[in-house]
Amino acid sequence: MARGRKVLVATSVIGALALTAGCGGTSKTPTTPPKASGYNAALNAVVNPSTAKGGTLRMANPSDIDSFDPARTYYAWGWNMNRFYTRNLVSYDSKVGEAGLKLVPDIAKEAGKVSADGLTYTYTLKDNIKFNDGSVVTSKDIKYGIERIFAQDVLSGGPTYLIDFLDQGQRYPGPYKDSDPAKMGLKSVETPDDKTIVFKLKEPFGDFPYLLAMPGAGPVKQSADTGEKYANKPMSTGPYMMDSYEPGKSAVFVRNPNWDPATDPIRKALPDRIELALGVESNEIDNRLLAGTVDIDTAQVGVQQAAQTKIQLDPAVKANADNPVTGFIRYFSISTQVAPFNDIHCRKAVQYAADKVALQTARGGPEAGGDIATNMLPPNIAGHDPKLDPFNTKSGKPQIDKAKEELKLCGKPDGFKTVIAVRNRGKEPACAEALQQALKAVGIDASIEQSDPALYFRSTIGSPDNVHKKGYGIMTAGWGADWQTGYGYLQILIDGRSILPSGNNNYAELNDSEINSLIDKARAEADPTKAAAIWNDINKKVMDTATMLPFVYDKALNYRNPRLTNVYIHSAFGMLDFQALGVSDGK
Amino acid sequence: MTTGLSTSAEAYTAGPPPRVPAAFLEVRDLRVHFQTDDGLVKAVDGLTFNLERGKTLGIVGESGSGKSVTSLGILGLHRTRSNARVSGEIWLDGEELISADPEHVRKLRGRKMAMIFQDPLTAMHPYFTIGAQIIEAYRTHHGGSKSAARRHAIDMLNRVGIPQAAKRVDDYPHQFSGGMRQRAMIAMALVNNPELLIADEPTTALDVTVQAQILDLIRDLQDEFGSAVIVITHDLGVVAELSNDILVMYGGKCVEYGSAPDVFYRPEHPYAWGLLGSMPRIDQEVRDRLIPIKGAPPSLIHLPSGCAFHPRCQYAEHNGIPCRTVVPDLPKDTDHPVRCLLPVPERRRIFSQEIAPKL
Amino acid sequence: MIAYILRRLVTAAIMLIIISMVTFGIFFIAPKATGTDPAVLFVGKIADDRAIAATKIKLGFDQPLYVQYGRFIKGIVVGRDFDSGPDVTHCPAPCFGYSFKTDQEVWPLLMSRLPVTFSLAIGAAVIWLVSGVLAGMISALRKRSIVDRMVMVIALAGISLPIYFTGLLAQAVFVYKLQWFPAVNYTPFFHNPALWAQALILPWISLAFLYAATYARLTRATMLETLGEDYVRTARAKGLQERRVIGKHVLRSVLTPIVTVFGLDLGGLLGGAILTETVFTLHGLGKLAIDAIGQQDLPIILGVTMFAAFFIVMANLVVDVLYAVIDPRVRLT
Ligand SMILES: Nc1ncnc2c1ncn2[C@@H]1O[C@H](COP(=O)(O)OP(=O)(O)O)[C@@H](O)[C@H]1O
Ligand code: SF4
Ligand SMILES: [Mg+2]
Repeated sequence: MARGRKVLVATSVIGALALTAGCGGTSKTPTTPPKASGYNAALNAVVNPSTAKGGTLRMANPSDIDSFDPARTYYAWGWNMNRFYTRNLVSYDSKVGEAGLKLVPDIAKEAGKVSADGLTYTYTLKDNIKFNDGSVVTSKDIKYGIERIFAQDVLSGGPTYLIDFLDQGQRYPGPYKDSDPAKMGLKSVETPDDKTIVFKLKEPFGDFPYLLAMPGAGPVKQSADTGEKYANKPMSTGPYMMDSYEPGKSAVFVRNPNWDPATDPIRKALPDRIELALGVESNEIDNRLLAGTVDIDTAQVGVQQAAQTKIQLDPAVKANADNPVTGFIRYFSISTQVAPFNDIHCRKAVQYAADKVALQTARGGPEAGGDIATNMLPPNIAGHDPKLDPFNTKSGKPQIDKAKEELKLCGKPDGFKTVIAVRNRGKEPACAEALQQALKAVGIDASIEQSDPALYFRSTIGSPDNVHKKGYGIMTAGWGADWQTGYGYLQILIDGRSILPSGNNNYAELNDSEINSLIDKARAEADPTKAAAIWNDINKKVMDTATMLPFVYDKALNYRNPRLTNVYIHSAFGMLDFQALGVSDGK
Repeated sequence: MTTGLSTSAEAYTAGPPPRVPAAFLEVRDLRVHFQTDDGLVKAVDGLTFNLERGKTLGIVGESGSGKSVTSLGILGLHRTRSNARVSGEIWLDGEELISADPEHVRKLRGRKMAMIFQDPLTAMHPYFTIGAQIIEAYRTHHGGSKSAARRHAIDMLNRVGIPQAAKRVDDYPHQFSGGMRQRAMIAMALVNNPELLIADEPTTALDVTVQAQILDLIRDLQDEFGSAVIVITHDLGVVAELSNDILVMYGGKCVEYGSAPDVFYRPEHPYAWGLLGSMPRIDQEVRDRLIPIKGAPPSLIHLPSGCAFHPRCQYAEHNGIPCRTVVPDLPKDTDHPVRCLLPVPERRRIFSQEIAPKL
Repeated sequence: MIAYILRRLVTAAIMLIIISMVTFGIFFIAPKATGTDPAVLFVGKIADDRAIAATKIKLGFDQPLYVQYGRFIKGIVVGRDFDSGPDVTHCPAPCFGYSFKTDQEVWPLLMSRLPVTFSLAIGAAVIWLVSGVLAGMISALRKRSIVDRMVMVIALAGISLPIYFTGLLAQAVFVYKLQWFPAVNYTPFFHNPALWAQALILPWISLAFLYAATYARLTRATMLETLGEDYVRTARAKGLQERRVIGKHVLRSVLTPIVTVFGLDLGGLLGGAILTETVFTLHGLGKLAIDAIGQQDLPIILGVTMFAAFFIVMANLVVDVLYAVIDPRVRLT
């Protein structure tokens, strides 16, 4: 895993996506999903489509969930789990491929109405949406749920984008310290009546509905809020409600009698019961998966070495495996501020000298590692262009001659010395070494400095001062976005105005006025197609600065129990859509 | 059952069927050999002696000469989990023990024949009370109730002179002094009225005053019980006081055997002279009285050629006798046999003229 | 004896207090020394300064360490109140605080994990004690025989193979290949003793294998030494049956070092068998600890550490008392 914030995105969907996210309008989707079976079948089609209800879905995960409180979960699989019991105003559609990236009305009657200036989003709730205790969900419950995110001293851990966009200088402390007796003190969100909720933004932000689709924006009933302890028994608005949860051991979900399928176009609700075993050793999960006693590893980050071998050697086993992209990109950031990289030609020399095949191998090869990356937008993001490859690196081979030419142009024909920063964790040091080897071939003498994973992104390379002081010319990084648009993915990495003294994500300190203004333009763009086109442009311009050296789009080799029905990779999570799954034998 | 390597003339290798001996205990050509990584240890090699009821035999020799191995051999203790090969005959009260059923020998052990060991501290189990260990010895052979056995144990402790025996019966060995422990050990050995008592260096671990008490005790008890007693020691003086007969061992073999006065006052073997010379005597200064035998005891794996004692013997090759090459026998036709090549008159002369005056 | 035990209990309590101070200190100072303060750990991935500041106050990290420690001890002795957002939650004594991650009370959590660890440790202990001591005895009594050599080779394997290997191998072979045991999850004993044993049999054996090896070697060595003791010869000279010589006189002495090692091993295991619990997905104290370490969940780490320390200190005490019971030469004063 790479960055602090990370809900993964992924799928093999390629090309610009027609996103109609929450801004009115729906695109046509096929009525019968494509059927398929075999290796990678769940990437582009639904495996074992079925409507048969009953049975128990048996899930397992190597560790506990970060939290079952929708406001506090940040794991990708935690967001995926939330689809069982948390309904938002808008949610990702339950479709395979690019269609899954589309937000569709969930407890809202329709996609939000956006005012002409792009500053006001208004949603109206459907009738008959209830909590599992039978009480009706009102707009105030949604506002209260959002307010909870502000109580970071109590409910930490989840994403805080909504604070960034909705606080607007109020310094709202969250409902627990709210002086309003009704605990409705957040000014930017209005609830004129029980069915209507209005969000007022300071600046137009086309991606705003994506923030409303995160679990933390789901409804929470104030009288049932137990604060810190809410995770142990969250209320449900979805088809399942928590029956029991033993942290670190297990969680069980059963049907929610107060869920009305007529109001829910998204969820299938096939199994009668969902059992999630927590803290099961990874190899043990693989064994149980292959033995058929577990249906799915909810981590979805790939099986362990032993099971990888079994899958690769046995075609019958391989037929039940998928190898989706996870939405993570692995890249090196090349500083614009550390000499001699302040000269673009020195940066380009690195781009040409890099051996991306060696880097891919260091990550685990094409299946367990991923595909060679040639630009900064992975395949699932709107605006991705597979042909964008300004340094001609698709083949992965180093281009020594070109690198040497660039070295001459930057006045260092004999090379130079620099430092590669890397976390001492997982496969990352091996990647740094692979780059070090490749650079040696053109005379660039790079030393590797490993550092503590806990501090790496926050202060080691996250502090520009530290980067300058230590002379980190090249920084190893990885990234996955929280929602799958160009803005959600790229903005924080390249926006010159979001360079921070600590916790900085723009490690190269790229500050290009042309790129900055394009970001503003894309951000305000309400039409996803147009926005995607702008992001394609931004991506190209960023690559041209040679500050980013992407090398792998991560993939994971996962196994699915053949008894599962309605199996497909959901593009928003880069993993199976949990809520769609059923079990064919009804057990 | 004898080895072909036998060098002793009296080995009963073949011939007439063994006769049942008249003596209470008769040991004939006893051999105990240990198979070890370094080679065959001939710890006891052809030992023969007799003992009557009510009589005492003293066995003397330096440490390592095979005294303990001999006594353990009589008790049949080389049979269990050992690398030992035992041959010869041990006749006890008309029964041959080496060829007897092990279970039968076990039943005799502790009852008909008992043993007092050298170091009472290590020879008693530290985790069980004195009483429990005596009671166990009794009940193994007599059964009966625990309380009866306990009364018997207290009685025995009284008889060996333990004060407040009824109380001390519940003490652990470490709570006893060395002398008391040896008394308790004796009580344990005597609890079943054994007919043969072997005391293996019963006083070595004790200080001099206690030594005398223990020896008195053994003598008194022998009078009382009428047992046959073997006293093993490296102190010829102790033996002379207690014994009727004395057997001197060297390198696993008997080198001199005879009545106590013969061996003590008229010893004929140079090794016995050495033992006598190194004996502590009350009437001499400490400085003078110990005349140690020079050199170290022989290797039992590779005995010296000829007379095993020759490397240390002052009289080796005396007047050209072939001590280095000829193995001396133990003559059968005398009641004071000596394993030495020196002619009998010559060794008597040497003792009376050269040795005795120095003692 | 009673006075001795009381005195030892007081010492044990003092030791636990010192251990608690040290652990508390390490866990709360060490992160500061490396630049990550516990509040940042608590807040999680998005550590914005506002949340960190609020968290610091809420958890009392703004207070000096001794105040924090005082509160911690107070919680254990009389309980504490915690702000849980909408209201205040009382955490009754012994209160070890709340998990940073799951907001569960640490003490009930520890208590809920204890039966698993207990079942694992006791079951394995019985197996390794019986099998290890038996194997060691047979080995010693049949010194240099084929049996002895085999036992010692197996013991060497047991000592050198990590549970990560034996455990996973046992699972792969017996559960997935031969299918002798179903892959079952832990079931409480009082729920269903048969399922309980079924789920634990492989972990028991794997864990016991590791320890039995040590015990076999220890038993063999002690036994060989004891067999050469004078008092064993005495026992035989008394005419005891060999069975009794071995079973009573020899065994009694052999057990002394075994009891010491056994007490300490068991005490250590009761604090959690991290690897075994991880490999076999047993949610005991060890698994709790390793999960908590992975998530830097300080209150749980602290709780398990204290718990484990308690067992080890207690095991020491029990061993010392047992030692005196076995060996009368040891005086408890
Ligand atoms: N079990 C055994 N294995 C090998 N050698 C032994 C064994 N028992 C005794 N010996 C050897 O036999 C010799 C005689 O020992 P021992 O009879 O104890 O001498 P001592 O005359 O001092 O009692 C010694 O050299 C001793 O090392
Ligand atoms: S035979 Fe020779 S060496 Fe041996 S004791 Fe007699 S004189 Fe000494
Ligand atoms: Mg001896």
